[in-house]
Amino acid sequence: MTPATRSPLMWAVHLSVLLIVVLWTMPTAGLLISSLRDKDQLAVSGWWTALATSSRNDVARAPSADSQVERDGKFVISGNILDGQAGQISAFGFSSREPAAFKAGETAELNDGEKLTVQADGSFEIVSDTKMEGSRGQRIFFTAAAPPRFTLDNYREVLGAEGIGASFINSLTVAVPSTVIPILVAAFAAYALAWMPFPGRAILIAVVVGLLVVPLQMSLIPLLKLYNGVGAFFGVPAKTYLGIWLAHTGFGLPLAIYLLRNYMAGLPREIMESARVDGASDFDIFVKIVLPLSFPALASFAIFQFLWTWNDLLVAIVFLGTGQDQLVLTGRLVNLLGSRGGNWEILTASAFITIVVPLIVFFALQRYLVRGLLAGSVKGG
Amino acid sequence: MQQLLTAVLTMIVGVLACAAYFWGTNFILDRIFPSKGLSGKAASRNLRITNAIRPWLFLAPALFALTIYLIYPVYKSVVFSFHDRGGVSFVGWSNYLWMVNDGEFRQSIFNNFLWLLVVPALSTFFGLIIAALTDRIWWGNIAKTLIFMPMAISFVGAAVIWKFIYDYRAAGAEQIGLLNAIVVALGGVPQAWITLPFWNNFFLMIILIWIQTGFAMVILSAALRGIPEETIEAAVIDGANGWQIFFKIMVPQIWGTIAVVWTTITILVLKVFDIVLAMTNGQWQSQVLANLMFDWMFRGGGDFGRGASIAVVIMVLVVPIMIWNIRNAAKEMRSH
Repeated sequence: MTPATRSPLMWAVHLSVLLIVVLWTMPTAGLLISSLRDKDQLAVSGWWTALATSSRNDVARAPSADSQVERDGKFVISGNILDGQAGQISAFGFSSREPAAFKAGETAELNDGEKLTVQADGSFEIVSDTKMEGSRGQRIFFTAAAPPRFTLDNYREVLGAEGIGASFINSLTVAVPSTVIPILVAAFAAYALAWMPFPGRAILIAVVVGLLVVPLQMSLIPLLKLYNGVGAFFGVPAKTYLGIWLAHTGFGLPLAIYLLRNYMAGLPREIMESARVDGASDFDIFVKIVLPLSFPALASFAIFQFLWTWNDLLVAIVFLGTGQDQLVLTGRLVNLLGSRGGNWEILTASAFITIVVPLIVFFALQRYLVRGLLAGSVKGG
Repeated sequence: MQQLLTAVLTMIVGVLACAAYFWGTNFILDRIFPSKGLSGKAASRNLRITNAIRPWLFLAPALFALTIYLIYPVYKSVVFSFHDRGGVSFVGWSNYLWMVNDGEFRQSIFNNFLWLLVVPALSTFFGLIIAALTDRIWWGNIAKTLIFMPMAISFVGAAVIWKFIYDYRAAGAEQIGLLNAIVVALGGVPQAWITLPFWNNFFLMIILIWIQTGFAMVILSAALRGIPEETIEAAVIDGANGWQIFFKIMVPQIWGTIAVVWTTITILVLKVFDIVLAMTNGQWQSQVLANLMFDWMFRGGGDFGRGASIAVVIMVLVVPIMIWNIRNAAKEMRSH
């Protein structure tokens, strides 16, 4: 573009963009990687070590003296300290002061003349010349190296037990009608504001532009009261799906009308005039010409509205109940943050399920999203 | 599944009802005032009448919804802000008096002010720089997509992502949060970042900057591309270097777009709610207006008077931008 774009400077540009991209994607990547890790490993090591073998220090207790068997005149207790888990023992010990005093395969002399041997695969033997006593087994401290383990268990758990699966359906139930219903209503209004001359049109457009930025907070309390009133009057629950669909429709209309009006106003005048000469009414022109031509703007708005309603938390927790069949994904995730604050295997998997649908929409339809942003950059989400 | 079916069914019924309304009203209008098959005078009179009525038929459903969901509530919120907690008896200015004397409210105003100062500025700045850089390299579009991606992630999802980064384990334990791991690797002491008063605001702001930079980048990138080549060529001929071209030739030509991006993010910041709720719920002095408002809406059974008065404060802060937007839109329409 400019003469300054030659080699050394160009390298700096490549490098800094790469750095920024890494910085920007790493948080999401960390979440995705963590959600796929084994929950025991996730709890003790950072996700950036996910591919490395992680070592953990642990303690196991050998079976009590009841389980000893006599063999060649000696008494033996045997077992496996890994207890079925994958791993490789590198060191072990019998006191908490020196938990890694011996290497795997070595034999440790316990205080009372018993001999403890732990193999790398976790199997151990306690051998004694005399019959062993005591109801509590010997404690064995060990350092185990666990190979990296990736699993879908976290997802299986949150989808079922944590209710994320049900919330996924709830979110879909909220988002789909909330996206489709406003489109037709807004399209007719946008056409009227773009192509039908009538007194007060300029004022109405100004009102729509003004409503674009009205904070949602202004609507909450009066609408909550209104919904409660309507619910009480008809004897129905105040928090229903119908209520939230209509609320999202109302809140989405200013952006829809604004985007579509701008787009329709840019359509060539000649098309409409020649149709009118041919005797078409406004209704015909709108349905047969303007609506099909406006497809890109309709798609832009639909994507916005879908992302907005899927990602919304505020409207959902005010106007929708918190039961199993109503709590949406974002609401469920906030609840989990409170109740499962430390269980990152649950939080990361839940969060990823929450964001995966918007991400798919984003990557598949990015073109329309950008176009919509450029046309409607007055609205603030 | 059952409810999803119901939803789709309702949606189809809703769309059909809308279509039926538009088609039906137009049909009736054309029946009452027919213009076809009538002699000249009557036909033109009927045409005039239908042309006057039809726009309002097109607008009616939208105006109805806008009135119920936005215009009426704005009026009603202002009214509620002068009433008691149940919204019944008039209390004058006492909600606003309570507000200015309330420590938490003043904390929120202060924090919101910080947010307003930092988030729009940094998002716009990063967006501008990234737009300028990515326009020069062949894989710029891939880079842009990845930086734009957080835009699709919900605030709550983003909060979980970043809470994981800020995760804290006591010193000595292995840190699983990226930030503390880096701090420890550099020889520092791990911190519970989001519980540090004052500084935690900035850790929350990073989340919004992370989300909004992509938005700024997309808009500013389009604006940069719209700059006429001749102005840059002229500067090159005059011997300007890269920095001069960028800051003295290109940036001044897109001031209008920068202002739009800035104000859009400003409005978003005023309404920021989900991030604070999910990260701290206003604890450790990180409260903001939108979360405080939500809090009062339900606190102790809900205080609608105080909640509404906080909403009005947010609205008042938005009004200057609203007026600016309307004037810009009006100017644009006149020039078309």
